[in-house]
Amino acid sequence: MSQDVPAVEAVNLVKSFGGVRALQGASLAAAAGEVHALVGENGAGKSTVIKALGGRVQPDGGEIRIGGRQVRLPAPPTAHALGAWTVFQELTLLPGMTVAENLLLAREPRTRLGLVDRRRLAANAESVLAGLGVHHIDPRALVEDIPLAERQMVEIVRAISHDPRILFLDEPTSSLVEREVVWLFGQIRRLRAKGACIVFTSHRWNEIRSIADRITVFRGGRDVGCFTELSEEDAVTLMTGQRVETFFPPLPAAPRAADHRPALEVRNLAAPRLRPVSFAVAPGEVLGIGGLAGHGHRELFLALFGAGRATGGQVLLDGKPVRLRNPREAERAGIALVPEDRKSEGLLLPMSVRDNLSLALLRRLSRAGLLRRGLERQMAGGEVQRLKVRTASLAAPVGTLSGGNQQKVLLGRWLLTDPRVLLLYDVTRGVDVATKHEIFELMMRLAGEGRAILFYSSDAEELAHLGHRVLVMREGRMAAELRAPGITAEHVVSAAVRDAA
Amino acid sequence: MPPDAVASSRRSRVAHALAQNVGLELAIAMLVLSVAIYCAIYYAAQGLLPGGFELTTTVNNTMPLVLAAVAQTLVVLTRGIDLSVGGVIDLTNAIAAIGLGDSLAQMVAVSVAVLMVGAACGLLNGVLVAYGRLQPILVTLATLSIFQGVAIRVLPQPGGQVAEGYTAALANPSGPVSLLYAVLLALIWWGLRRTRLGIGIYAIGNDESAAEAHGIDARRTKILAYMLGGTFSAAAGLFLAANATAGDATTGNGYTLTSIVAVVLGGVSLFGGRGSAVGAMLGAFITTMIVNILFFAQIDPLYQAFYEGLFLVGAVLLAGGIGRLVRRS
Repeated sequence: MSQDVPAVEAVNLVKSFGGVRALQGASLAAAAGEVHALVGENGAGKSTVIKALGGRVQPDGGEIRIGGRQVRLPAPPTAHALGAWTVFQELTLLPGMTVAENLLLAREPRTRLGLVDRRRLAANAESVLAGLGVHHIDPRALVEDIPLAERQMVEIVRAISHDPRILFLDEPTSSLVEREVVWLFGQIRRLRAKGACIVFTSHRWNEIRSIADRITVFRGGRDVGCFTELSEEDAVTLMTGQRVETFFPPLPAAPRAADHRPALEVRNLAAPRLRPVSFAVAPGEVLGIGGLAGHGHRELFLALFGAGRATGGQVLLDGKPVRLRNPREAERAGIALVPEDRKSEGLLLPMSVRDNLSLALLRRLSRAGLLRRGLERQMAGGEVQRLKVRTASLAAPVGTLSGGNQQKVLLGRWLLTDPRVLLLYDVTRGVDVATKHEIFELMMRLAGEGRAILFYSSDAEELAHLGHRVLVMREGRMAAELRAPGITAEHVVSAAVRDAA
Repeated sequence: MPPDAVASSRRSRVAHALAQNVGLELAIAMLVLSVAIYCAIYYAAQGLLPGGFELTTTVNNTMPLVLAAVAQTLVVLTRGIDLSVGGVIDLTNAIAAIGLGDSLAQMVAVSVAVLMVGAACGLLNGVLVAYGRLQPILVTLATLSIFQGVAIRVLPQPGGQVAEGYTAALANPSGPVSLLYAVLLALIWWGLRRTRLGIGIYAIGNDESAAEAHGIDARRTKILAYMLGGTFSAAAGLFLAANATAGDATTGNGYTLTSIVAVVLGGVSLFGGRGSAVGAMLGAFITTMIVNILFFAQIDPLYQAFYEGLFLVGAVLLAGGIGRLVRRS
């Protein structure tokens, strides 16, 4: 690592949004030829630091230095002029415009008349993509018509195509699948070899371990240390300030299938992209569902929650067949689904924590059609404490909470309905490791209470540690069943890809 | 990443163009359909098909709305809305009626001046929206009243006189010459779409802060969009004066809403960033055809607005439904 001036440096940055202090003396220094990871809980200030360095947010105090010189970055183009490009977490693509228009925005090829040459625009975009080894994205497609993962790749390609000397990536892998992550890391290594400085955030520890040269940990809006080696447990301890012994909590004793009637039994359930599948979950059992994206687990979860179209089969709760034609029926039957995309599928961000918590049981909280506010407050308050939701007050809009805490509110809403069966669909996606740890502990507690838990995760490591059993899906059917103890992430991944390639 | 099998399933350029311009295609279909219905009803009522005279009057009566629709499109694409379109038409129509005079030089000079008045009205809107950080609907609602007030001041009673030569140039009563202007407008739009301003207008309509993050000056783009819109509204005022051969300071009022109708029928999204002024121009012609159909269907004029409303709801529902179907396939 070079010992000279850091390529980019943030010194004691301070920033408040409204009354919330996002940064209170955050510092960071990253060198040329280095990949530098930023870790911390959601809301610890990582994104705000990256936005400040990218010119998207103006710090209230502190200094930014690029190449040793103090700079002011009133807008992203100023940072671009200094060779610093950013891939922001909330993508900055224009959805109604084509991939090509987005890639070459404000640098379009022109005809002799000075008008944009649309034919060359697409051709140039194609060669930009191909030059970086991306062949499957159509430059003429509208951004809103391509999948989220491709959008994220376009955003990354756009930044890399400027051949940045400094590259900031805020959770670049959050919607990428394994193969695309491999591609991205290849690009990062290439840039590093050319002497570029790369700063990125991620909640996936295996990614950080595989590519980061140094790690800076953030807590509560400031940096709490910079390391070249850091274990997951130590990271969580630093991020939360509380000692954590094991990242994955121990599984409660496995229920013996013979002792119980299954809490949930699925017989030949079929749906579009889902071949008839059958399985059972005992009370107190955690059943992990694994598999690559698009292999039917999403359809399975939606069908079980009555939100997707089941084309056949039967679902039994405690031995009794139930009809699940819509989410309301599922909820009444005692099934709750916590989805991964909390913004579009679960929470009303501008509304308060209390309103969001009580949404699923307004009927039970009402008398003569009027909501009993006192009861609502009491119940919401209890839930916030139980789940350790960090919020200023019950009246705070959910949108002001950090991502992990939003996820806990969503979980809390469903727990208030006292579900028999809990469907958790990739709930830890985009959630920091500390909150992940809390969610894992909560899952184990809920299983200990005798609830049946079915959970899908895009992170094979989680499945390996947290399921009594793991069913791996491939091409819409159950391809393998793994039993704890002794499941490893490699087992899960190889079962998911076997024969499929 | 290995080259993918997906690449082979890539759509052709034409397929993309078709899939990405559903709004425009629907507008063409609706126009063809409404012209067909109009011809059928006309034939039933008159025993013969509409001819050159009907075409000429339709074109001349629609041109002001075509221009107003282009004006509205420019602003709607930036994720705004311009309620002052009618006010600008009132004002510019009034100025034209008293100022145009008889000599060629004066006509040209006053026409240019009127267009500049329109641009100035747009500048006021644009500055208030971009620098005042006010909502476009509020700003243009206020300036609508202001422009209407000034228009009444300029021309308290309908009147003035527009020279025959001017009418012949813009709204020739003896042939559908004005269609040339519509073609010219489409060409202007084709070019504008390929300028930095055109791309900027679409970009800020899609996502203002994302556009700014990539070097697009949102405020400048907005102001220019409103100015250009004001200029096209002023052109509508001139065409209206030429067609009516006189001026009226209230004649433009209806254009605020009909321009929005035309924009919607033409497939321009009111949420900004999607659609084309060519679609809005077609939407203007569809709007006129609906009025013509109702006239020849001998609908009581008292109920005309009622049926127009019904038709609009039906058309928008249909367009939305078909659009979704095409998207899914």
